Amino acid sequence: MNELVITRHNEMIDPHLSIWGWEIPVYLFLGGLVAGMMIISGYFILTGRTKNTLCSCFRIPVIGIVAISLGMFALFLDLEHKLYVWNLYINFKWQSPMSWGAWILIFIYPILILGILIRIPDEIGQRFPKLLDLSNKLRNKQQFVKLLGALSMIFGGLLGAYTAVLLSAFSARPAWNSPMLWTLFLASGLSSAAALVHLIGKDPAERHMLAKADNGFLIAELIIIILMIIGFVSSSKVHIDAARLILSGPFTAVFWVFVVFIGIIIPFIIQILSVNNKIPHTNVAPILVMIGGLILRFIVVYAGQYSHWSRNVFTGY
Amino acid sequence: MARYAMVIDTTKCVGCMDCVVACKTENNVPEGFNRDWIAYETIGKFPILHMEIRSERCNHCDNPPCVYTCPTGASHISEIGGIVLVDYDKCIGCKACIAACPYDARFIHPDGYATKCTFCEHRVVEGLDPACVATCPTHCMYFGDLEDPNSEVSKLLQSRKYHVLQPETGTKPQIFYLI
Ligand code: SF4
Ligand code: SF4
Repeated sequence: MNELVITRHNEMIDPHLSIWGWEIPVYLFLGGLVAGMMIISGYFILTGRTKNTLCSCFRIPVIGIVAISLGMFALFLDLEHKLYVWNLYINFKWQSPMSWGAWILIFIYPILILGILIRIPDEIGQRFPKLLDLSNKLRNKQQFVKLLGALSMIFGGLLGAYTAVLLSAFSARPAWNSPMLWTLFLASGLSSAAALVHLIGKDPAERHMLAKADNGFLIAELIIIILMIIGFVSSSKVHIDAARLILSGPFTAVFWVFVVFIGIIIPFIIQILSVNNKIPHTNVAPILVMIGGLILRFIVVYAGQYSHWSRNVFTGY
Repeated sequence: MARYAMVIDTTKCVGCMDCVVACKTENNVPEGFNRDWIAYETIGKFPILHMEIRSERCNHCDNPPCVYTCPTGASHISEIGGIVLVDYDKCIGCKACIAACPYDARFIHPDGYATKCTFCEHRVVEGLDPACVATCPTHCMYFGDLEDPNSEVSKLLQSRKYHVLQPETGTKPQIFYLI
């Protein structure tokens, strides 16, 4: 036996870490969603789809700005020393993923704003003719538009990966400490983004393409989940314990039912049928994909706080 | 530069918690929180059991993940003997350092900043021992400079067997437990 009893009972620390509530999973989900949308929009721009006025790449930046701002607000709500938040932006600590994230988020805004500017919504254009002029000029600068597409993809990728590196860098929490977590979050961000763009898309061909792409992302997600579990169970005792959280522990049912079954398998089947024209495209699949993506972030954030180096995650010792 | 460390003789510790009370009083630690605590670890198979009682706190690690992960530089390694400290005016309360510490040594002060054991830096600069060390009725705790080969802590580590907590996490803890 190995029994450890400690007299400490600090709030948010014992019996297991509970420093991060709903704010962080919501922030990570919205960050991943915006990352995925930027990659998709960048891809649309680079492949010349901007000629199609129905292209979702013109609406993605607007939704992206709203979503990332909500995410940053959730992050702000989580801070315990809010009035000192400016300290984030007078420092850059290269070893700190959180510092990288703070600065990446700052670079995301100008890219999204330029994305809006290349085709401003008609109502705004009518009211502000000068803005419309600028927008038309920018759109006709091919090199600029291409550069914007590339930047959108690069920063989208960085943002998507960062949301996971933020967690996986914590070697003190075995359930987060997987080198594959960033691929999982990136795939999940892409699938949620493809689902959202599918929902808002106006061009049937584009929606069809996104449903197909989403299926690819969902399959990638499933494969990464399996590889991650294999990675954990073939690792050290603390990592095996971490895997038990979703294999035979408190997060097992919610993970397999909501993330894998409802968030991946069911929408995959629906979308396979719709892309093969067996059933019409519905909003059900994309909504399920996004719910699955959100619940995945909740489970990962909570499971990581459960896992520990010295204490068994089930008994608290 | 000095490298302050603590050596705790687990064969003398009786788990009386005087160190816990001394710390709370000296550092005005808010109600419901502890910067140090007692751990009782029992290992073995009945009836052959071995129990270790020890006083735990921030290990003032030589390779501190809490410092590396802090986005503002609030968590830092002090020039005073490598003590790991938090600059409260720089702390945004993001809790990354709390997640990064494998010993769960930190907590959020009710005023919003991250805090933990300081090795009683305010006493150390005046040449005093940390409050817990000064209070211990069994004299099981020793504080000193590992860079000085003649210090009591250096000598104890040369002559006695010891262990540190979770060395596998690679943090290089600077609290040593004599066994
Ligand atoms: S024990 Fe924890 S808080 Fe203290 S220096 Fe090490 S990692 Fe940082
Ligand atoms: S809570 Fe404070 S000390 Fe800890 S990482 Fe965040 S800013 Fe740094």
